[in-house]
Amino acid sequence: MGMAEAILLTIATAATPLLLAAIGELVVERSGVLNLGVEGMMLIGAVTGFGVAVTTGSAWLGVFAALIAGALFSLLFAFLALTMVTNQVATGLALTLLGIGVSGMVGEAFVGLPGVKLTNIYIPVLTDLPVVGRLLFGQDPLFYISIALVIGVSWFLFRTRAGLTLRSVGDSHSSAHALGIKVIKIRYLAVMFGGACAGLAGAQLSLVYTPQWIENMTAGRGWIALALVVFASWRPWRVLIGAYLFGAITIVQIYVQGTNLSELSHWPIALFKLAEVVKAIPSQFLSALPYLATIVVLVLISRNKRLTMMNTPASLGQPFVPDR
Amino acid sequence: MKKLVFALAASAAMIVGVGAASAQDKMKACFIYVGPIGDFGWSYQHHQGALEMQKNLGGEDKVEIAYLESVPEGADAERAIERFARSGCKIIFTTSFGYMDATNAVAGKFPDVKFEHATGFKRDHPNVSTYNSKFHEGRYVQGVIAAKMSQKGVAGYIASFPIPEVVMGIDAFMLGAQSVNPDFKLKIVWANTWFDPGKEADAAKVLIDQGVDVITQHTDSTAPMQVATERGIKAFGQASDMIKFGPTTQLTAIVDDWGPYYTERVKALMDGTYQQIDIWGGMKEGHVVMAPYTNMPDDVKALAEETQKKIVDGFNPFTGPVSKQDGTEWLAAGATAPDGELLGLNFYVKGVEGELPK
Repeated sequence: MGMAEAILLTIATAATPLLLAAIGELVVERSGVLNLGVEGMMLIGAVTGFGVAVTTGSAWLGVFAALIAGALFSLLFAFLALTMVTNQVATGLALTLLGIGVSGMVGEAFVGLPGVKLTNIYIPVLTDLPVVGRLLFGQDPLFYISIALVIGVSWFLFRTRAGLTLRSVGDSHSSAHALGIKVIKIRYLAVMFGGACAGLAGAQLSLVYTPQWIENMTAGRGWIALALVVFASWRPWRVLIGAYLFGAITIVQIYVQGTNLSELSHWPIALFKLAEVVKAIPSQFLSALPYLATIVVLVLISRNKRLTMMNTPASLGQPFVPDR
Repeated sequence: MKKLVFALAASAAMIVGVGAASAQDKMKACFIYVGPIGDFGWSYQHHQGALEMQKNLGGEDKVEIAYLESVPEGADAERAIERFARSGCKIIFTTSFGYMDATNAVAGKFPDVKFEHATGFKRDHPNVSTYNSKFHEGRYVQGVIAAKMSQKGVAGYIASFPIPEVVMGIDAFMLGAQSVNPDFKLKIVWANTWFDPGKEADAAKVLIDQGVDVITQHTDSTAPMQVATERGIKAFGQASDMIKFGPTTQLTAIVDDWGPYYTERVKALMDGTYQQIDIWGGMKEGHVVMAPYTNMPDDVKALAEETQKKIVDGFNPFTGPVSKQDGTEWLAAGATAPDGELLGLNFYVKGVEGELPK
């Protein structure tokens, strides 16, 4: 396996949970709801996926359970924020806190247990192809699901009538309501879709990325997913790019750190000098790079107001009470 | 959430406690943890030590334990410690470096309560003791094993933050490895986190792709061990015995075994023989324990055991001649590094490549 292929595979695994969680949240926000509970829903998905997989021995059952658990957990948010019309930001934060606590409590019995790994797919001949084989035809199923979700969401939002309805709810819930669209119902479905995606992202962590349960194992990935949605200005394909960019910066900086200059002594002098410069960058700075990149992109996007306004769901985060 | 539940339970207990004078003879030992007890690393091991102590000293009837998890270092810590001190704790263990000032501040207000601070050095009041372990002794043994086991003569080292404790570990590991193979190489990745399973796994994958065939870590999760298992190379566990995550992978692990120390201290308090101390215990005192030497040939195992015995008998891994990374002499032949210098260590020894982040 070549080095480039190895790095790309590592990047794909690192990017997939971000992509799964972010694409779900994108749909939620497109419907005009801001759910900050992604981190909590991911943890619920992770602990449920792990628990079911370890108990039944089937990683697939774990994935399925995580999806259901994420969706059910998000219902709590939907009930409070949509039916009871509580503040969405506060409710989302509460959902995250609750998710951290509940997953830690439920997961206490699973700490220190070796997990079940969702196996990579294998297609004879295709998977064995040089360079692209493992990358295209030999990854774990959730990788393909994440890509399929991006394609599916993109098609749904911009090519179907239902997608148009969802976007109209996000842009102006009063107008949509006046047209007879069931705003609350659509938002419920969107929130549950987001919850299911976050659950899948959690399952990716506890069944593929690091097949084990450790308290708080998401380590902030839910928040990165939230940032990615804004970073992508609510466009599915840009979420994909953002997630992979984020993964790539993380992995490449580890790669640079692990390379000793003495191993590069055979490199042409110009390249060697460049490597020397890169190596001299403090690792703390390199670790912060993905976050800095997010901020930079946010600044760049916000400079162009018209572009931002065009994509931001106009009713995002606003409470909706249907007047009869 | 858990904290809230605990707070409610604690206040309920306090109300009940007013009328129950008989509870006075019962020992109450309290613990403050920096992480969740489910981290299977640092806080997990402290909690295991607490449970072991309780069991050793006669169970729940004799010793009551209370704990708070995920207490942030700083102002919150002071409040948490003070609440414990007020709620009848007779001895309070604060188990992270960052609780140092908070522990001493509360200790001044409660002279009758004993305070024990892990990994710190401040003892402003006679009721504050400090305790720490010489984990670098275990890392020296790991270095010896790594140099024997690595076919390529290069190990991967996943580090957390460039603090003396971690630098000490890297240097000790390298000195151990050099005692077997003077040309041994290290690839160091700073994860800049104590705990992020995903990132630790990424680091392990990248290091293995870059050709290391032994991995060690100074971060807290079991993720690198799992990656090593998947890729079929060897690795060392951290903080806990991680053999379940790498039955064919783990060579050994440095196990933070706080049980004996906690037992000794609480027992002393019960017997009335308790005294203020400052202890930096190592293998000799039984504070640093190595998990069984597994997945290695008998001759390597014998060498590892021999090295361990040497350390138990008093050998200091930092014994000269040792040069600094730039080649200048640090320790003359036969000289050993004083503890004070080790606790502030901020440079690599010769042979370690790359620059130490500041």
